Amino acid sequence: MNEILEGLVQAVHLIVTLNPEVIEISVRTLEISLLSTAIATIVSVPVGGLIHFREFRGKRVIVTLIQTLYSLPTVIAGLFVFLLISRAGPFGFLRLLFTPAGMVLAQSLLILPIMAGLTLTALSGVDRSKRDTIISLGATETQTVLSLIHEARFAILGAVVLGFGRAISEVGAAMMIGGNIRGFTRVLTTAIALETSMGNISLSLALGIILLAIALAVNLIVMLVQQERVPHD
Amino acid sequence: MIPMDTTRFVPVAGVAFTLLLLGAWIAGCTGTPSEGTIPLTSPRPMAEGPRGTLLMATTTSLYDTGLLDFLRPDFEKEFNADVRITSQGTGKAMELAKRGDVDILLVHDPAREIAFMDEGYGINHRCFAYNYFIIVGPASDPAVIAGMKPEDAFRKILTEGIKGTAGIAFVSRGDGSGTHAKEQAIWKAAGFNYTVDVQKTGAWYIEAGKGMGETLVMASEKGAYTLTDEGTYLAFKGNLQLTPLIEQGEILRNVYSAITINPDRFPNQNATLANQFITYLLRDTTQQKIASFGKDRYGKGLFSALQGADCVRFGCDCTALAGG
Repeated sequence: MNEILEGLVQAVHLIVTLNPEVIEISVRTLEISLLSTAIATIVSVPVGGLIHFREFRGKRVIVTLIQTLYSLPTVIAGLFVFLLISRAGPFGFLRLLFTPAGMVLAQSLLILPIMAGLTLTALSGVDRSKRDTIISLGATETQTVLSLIHEARFAILGAVVLGFGRAISEVGAAMMIGGNIRGFTRVLTTAIALETSMGNISLSLALGIILLAIALAVNLIVMLVQQERVPHD
Repeated sequence: MIPMDTTRFVPVAGVAFTLLLLGAWIAGCTGTPSEGTIPLTSPRPMAEGPRGTLLMATTTSLYDTGLLDFLRPDFEKEFNADVRITSQGTGKAMELAKRGDVDILLVHDPAREIAFMDEGYGINHRCFAYNYFIIVGPASDPAVIAGMKPEDAFRKILTEGIKGTAGIAFVSRGDGSGTHAKEQAIWKAAGFNYTVDVQKTGAWYIEAGKGMGETLVMASEKGAYTLTDEGTYLAFKGNLQLTPLIEQGEILRNVYSAITINPDRFPNQNATLANQFITYLLRDTTQQKIASFGKDRYGKGLFSALQGADCVRFGCDCTALAGG
């Protein structure tokens, strides 16, 4: 119980005194997670849109596969990317292992399925008649997909927020691909794992609180953007 | 649920992301100029002369005590290089080294190190520090092992444990770490076949599958015995109800070695820098630093220097590298 209080006090202290190492780690965490989420969004929203709109053989299989990958363990995502970019692997020549870029790659892959799947769900939530109207007005396929995505934008934004949440909170892939290298690939989750194994329990809790504070800030910005655009919803 | 509105989604998302990325970028610029941006392939802009990078894989007990971050800055300054350390446990560290993902290996598992060298993965195998494992347990010491020879203590815990004597338990790392390897070596020296005579012989033997800190916490919660490195024990001591019961015994010695990854196997290997790091570790001044590390925090050093006669006695190689 004492440690939890100590953790809270330490978190406030670290934030107020602008502890340089904590700030550096937090900024890196935010950069990596945001970039991963941005890449995953750029890929998953159009892919989700296409899968939803097109009828093709094996569609149900693909949807089931995507939904199964929601359960992809972060360590396995990390291991998969590790085998690809390790020097002995097929993309070893890129030297991405133990770099922030490698971490972005792993996190993007990790959150792609959940974001594509939730985009699909969001599009399915759009009124059927709306879709028929759009098509009957003579829209091309691209226009139709764009209009549907536009209709479902808030649910899709929810998918983006969830993807960001999974990226910023995961430790398995970050540890395996980044290697928790101080001053280079150490992010909040791997720092928490390290501090815990060093016995610095209250500092771990403090870093956890800072991670949640960052997530809160990101969510608040998203909320503000939503509200500004929809004043009379 | 979904508001019916005619504003466009794409601009909304675009604005959101631009804002977020811009925010992160600005924070990055103002917060930490040198580390703020994400380098895609090369580590950082090279201002004066090419700055080298040494990638090191190491065991948790060496890194988590803080020793390597203590030794790192002087080397970085002198050799104009960044030392990037990943601490992942002896098994994983060796696997990374075998795949050519790192330049240098710092570990503490003599048997596996010899195999690693025999398979041709490494060059310049040198010992540079040592300390002792300790056997800890509840102060009540239900198996009465305090002060015994480690092998005898293990035998007694096993006998009492299999008999089902109340309150006897042993928590093993069970994770293939260097500490786990040492534990198995002690069982062997005590005359037991680990997989047959020890594992799954009853509820007394608990395989945690966790790091040292978590294993200590588990042993404390269960009032059990366990084998630990002294550094982790001292770091966790305040939260534990465990007492050191055995601190003496040849078999408890824990020797740390450095190995340069064989540059013939992986052509881009940073072998020169790795060799320079080994030479740095063997220097008198660095050895004095190793011996002093931890005195301010724990009242005693966590590692002992390893040079000269001790090195020969331990069957190690501590000689200077050729041309170093």
